[in-house]
Amino acid sequence: MEFLWAFVIGGLICVIGQLMLDLFKLTPAHVIVSLVVIGAFLDSFGLYDKLIKFAGAGATVPITSFGHSLLHGAMAEANQHGYIGLAMGTFTLTSAGITSAILFGFIVALIFKPKG
Amino acid sequence: MGSINDPKQYKKNIKAFHPKTNYFVSCLKAFIVGGFICLIGECIEKFYLAFTDFNQNTVGNPTVATLILISSLLTGFGVYDKFGQFAGAGTLVPVTGFANSITSAALEHKSEGVVLGIATNLFKLAGAVIVFGVVSAAVFGIIRLTINNLLG
Repeated sequence: MEFLWAFVIGGLICVIGQLMLDLFKLTPAHVIVSLVVIGAFLDSFGLYDKLIKFAGAGATVPITSFGHSLLHGAMAEANQHGYIGLAMGTFTLTSAGITSAILFGFIVALIFKPKG
Repeated sequence: MGSINDPKQYKKNIKAFHPKTNYFVSCLKAFIVGGFICLIGECIEKFYLAFTDFNQNTVGNPTVATLILISSLLTGFGVYDKFGQFAGAGTLVPVTGFANSITSAALEHKSEGVVLGIATNLFKLAGAVIVFGVVSAAVFGIIRLTINNLLG
């Protein structure tokens, strides 16, 4: 059942992105940026946490979870250190994602030849 | 008058020559491919839950890192961009699209050298995501913290 919900919720978030591409004629960069901001906003009332509990990877794999994790880490640190904590905690939860993206992106670019 | 050379009418005039988008088909493709990527993510998550000491709250980290590794490699082989042409937002919205944008931008500028080509262009597309993510997290965070302080 968890697998089904991961598929459905993940797919629906991608459909929202596709509608932004098709209906509003946004560029891919604008679509992703909008989804990140929406994800950060949804963290505000704990809504995104409920979605993660419900859909698992269906909510953590789309880019919306990036915005959510940025704000989530920031708020966790801010509870201890106030406004300075916001800056301290922003990247705590997304560190693995950003580090691996830089590392693997760099290595692949070194090894492979550009196609097409 | 709607003369063909009137620049004000340009948008209207070229409309007939735009390729027609079939919204339903493109949404269906995005749904299936995007859902499938999340399904793979769920499988990886279950794997890490079963065989490592990650728990439900922390398992997102290795899952995302594994997906990024897979999509970086697929980008290197030139496969991911072919999927992308077919699936549109289905490959764009998952975190794999983020990794693809980093790797493909770096690959594209490889000929300019390691420092000036790969390293400076790595965040060409992904930079916008990080900038807006951090700015929106800061704005929403300050608002929430201020409200919390006022209430408590």
